[in-house]
This record gives sequence, structure tokens and C-alpha cells, in this order.
Amino acid sequence: MSGSKTTDLAEILSKHEKGLLDDWLGELIVEAKAGRGTLRENELRDQCREFLNLLLGAAKAGDFTNLQSKAWTPVREMLANLSRSRGLQGYSPSETATFVFSLKKPIFARIRQEFADDARSLAETTWAATELLDGLGLFTTEVHQKAREEVITRQQQEMLELSTPVVKLWEGILALPMIGTLDSARTQIVMESLLQKIVETGSGLAIIDITGVPTVDTLTAQYLLKTVTAARLMGAECIISGIRPQIAQTIVHLGVELTGIVTKATLADAFAVALDRVGRTVTRKAARS
Amino acid sequence: MEVSKSDALEIRVSDDVVLVRQAVRKWAIELGFSLVDQTKIITAASELARNTIDYGEGGTVRLESLIDGFRKGLRLIFLDNGPGIADIELALTDGYTSGKGLGLGLSGARRLMSDFRIESRVGDGTRVEITRWK
Ligand SMILES: Nc1ncnc2c1ncn2[C@@H]1O[C@H](COP(=O)(O)OP(=O)(O)O)[C@@H](O)[C@H]1O
Ligand SMILES: [Mg+2]
Repeated sequence: MSGSKTTDLAEILSKHEKGLLDDWLGELIVEAKAGRGTLRENELRDQCREFLNLLLGAAKAGDFTNLQSKAWTPVREMLANLSRSRGLQGYSPSETATFVFSLKKPIFARIRQEFADDARSLAETTWAATELLDGLGLFTTEVHQKAREEVITRQQQEMLELSTPVVKLWEGILALPMIGTLDSARTQIVMESLLQKIVETGSGLAIIDITGVPTVDTLTAQYLLKTVTAARLMGAECIISGIRPQIAQTIVHLGVELTGIVTKATLADAFAVALDRVGRTVTRKAARS
Repeated sequence: MEVSKSDALEIRVSDDVVLVRQAVRKWAIELGFSLVDQTKIITAASELARNTIDYGEGGTVRLESLIDGFRKGLRLIFLDNGPGIADIELALTDGYTSGKGLGLGLSGARRLMSDFRIESRVGDGTRVEITRWK
């Protein structure tokens, strides 16, 4: 594409900035009313103004053929933010792309006005504008797609979060097998409901099994320590089981002290200790020997 | 010494800490670290990633696979533009916390890794570089 057509386009954008903004906003408001219409008009106006401003800046710098070039970075960033935030608000990719595409009509009108009697310039400049806006519109779709994927990964992440069924192993003995990551905002809530269960069942012993917890860092350790302390205040002793060798070593290096807390390698070991505490023993049936 | 592979991740929200741990686990496995070493590196990374959010106002981590002659290593560089640390020695003291933590993250991470470097300027931010060699 010849440099002069892009220069023409930059000039038209600059000359008609105010009019373009009004026409474009008009188009978008019609679209919004037809669709979900949740975007506030002020916000939309700000977004349009910012976009036109950045577009003009980039257009002045030249190169329309390579939207990946540095001159276009501010435009791309603005569109990326817009797509992301709209994606999170539940807009579809085409709704987001419409933001860019609906600028076509106002721009084409201005180009026609400028080149009323120069068919060649009219065609070439229109083509330059089409290519540009198509490229930017597609870009919003790509970002939108990526943002949706990120949301899905995060949702999967959250499913990996702590889940804690409370199991009664024996009269007075609860087991709390914890599965997932122990450092989210939800951990506190799960721990509290766990304490609640101890109270409800009147159990004197609770085995917290962390076999299913992939990482024990200082935050995780702190949650565990807090839970053990709180349980103690309610008259229940905790045993922590499922501390794998690599985790045991790491905890030592971290400098976390689990002194005063009974820890066992496996849930079975912990259960044996717990039974002993409540005065029970497991024996083999005599007839079996 | 040669950097054979590198990547960067954002650390902005709590979920990012989980993603950092997952990435570090993947890289440590790729480099052939033992289960104990993997666990140590992941735990150190978890501590520093959380500090980046809790105290550094968010930032990034850069992962680098290293080759040095016959040795292989994993280096992690945590960067933030937060308030910085006025007294690094104090911050590295076991049990010191300016928040509500156990105060064992920085000192623990240092013990878990082969190499630990920290630079910080008040008002500028903090850079923590940790490396573990195989
Ligand atoms: N990235 C950081 N930016 C600013 N201050 C930090 C940063 N990382 C650690 N600190 C300071 O060092 C202290 C000790 O950190 P750490 O050993 O991880 O313990 P904790 O996280 O339990 O407070 C923190 O309480 C904080 O004051
Ligand atoms: Mg910490």
C-alpha cells in the first residue's frame, strides 16, 4: 500500500476526529440498545475517545501494514484491555469486535466526503481503512479468545482447591483428608467448618491427613498450626498424618516447628495412635490363626 | 554457563501462586531433579511468589534452565516494583514478619536453595534470585 494513502487516512482521522467520535458513538449506542445494552454511555465515550486518539497517534507514525510494529503497541494494548474486560463481563467475541468494526461506516463517510471527485484516492484510502480496521477487529477477537481460555484455566484451578470431607472413623475420632492447595482465601472457611464439625460430633481426636496437599509452605503450615491450636481450645487433639518424606525434609529447612503436634507418616499409623488414645486396641480374630 | 530455556510469569493474584508452583514443578521435572529437590524448589518458589503479592504489590517471576558444563540448574528471579525492604538482614531473620506470617519465607527459601541473592531498594522494589543445582 502506498504511503500517500495512509497519510491521507491519517489526515482524515485528524481533521474529523470530533465528528468521527460522535458518529461512531451513535453507531455503538444503536448496537448496544439492540444487544444487551449494559455498557454505560460515559464509559463508552471515554473508550471511543481514547481509541481514536491512539489510532491517530499510530496512524501519524505511518506503517499501516504491520500492526505488530512498535507504533501500534498503545493501540494494541488498549484493545487488549478492552477485550479482556469485556470478555470477563461475558461479552461475545463478535460483540467486542463490533467496537472496532462499527468505526468503518463513519470513516468511510468522511473519506467519501474528502474524495468526492477523486475515485482513485477514494478507493485506495477506503481499502487502507478497511484493512486497518479488519486487522484491529481480528486482534480483539484473538485477545478475547485468550482471555476466555485464561478464565477456564483459573476455574479448573479453583476446582483443585481444598475439599475436605469429614469422616467419622470411630466414636470420638474424626478424619479430615484434605485434598488440594491450602493457600487460597477459601482455606480459612474450610478450616473453620472443620472445627465446627469437631464441636458438633463432640470428638476428642481429629486426624488431619495432608496426603493430598501437594505443597506445604509456611502459609499452609500456619493454617495447620492455627487449626490445631483452635481445636485444642475446644478440647480436641489433632494428629497430622500424610507428611511424605520430601515434605518432612522441606518443613525442617523452612524452619517450621511442629513441636507438640503428633505427626504420622500415614493415616493408618495415625488411626492406630488415635485408637490407643481412646483406649481401644485392634486384635486379630483368634479363629483366623 | 548457558541459559537453555527461559520464560516469565505474572504474579498478581493468589491463583498465580498456584500457577507458578505448577510451572516450577514442570521445569524441575524436566531438568531431572529428585522428588526431594523438586519439593524444595517448589516450596521456595511458593514463598517468594506469595511475598511478591503480599509485600511487593505484585510482579513477575522469570524461570531459567541453566547448563554449566556437566551441571544443570534451575534459576528463578522474582521481581517487583513494590515498597522494597529497608532492612534486609531483619527481613531474613527467622520469625520476623511485618505482616501476619510466620516470618520464615525468605530465610526458609534461602535454606532450601543452593544460591540465594536479594537486592532491594526502598521505594523501588525487590529482586530475589534463587538457584538450585543438580
Ligand atoms: N517482595 C517484598 N517486598 C517488600 N518486603 C518484603 C518482600 N518480601 C519480604 N518482605 C519483607 O520481609 C518480611 C519477611 O518475609 P518472610 O520471611 O517471607 O515472612 P512473612 O511472609 O511470613 O512475613 C516480610 O514480612 C516483609 O516485611
Ligand atoms: Mg513470606
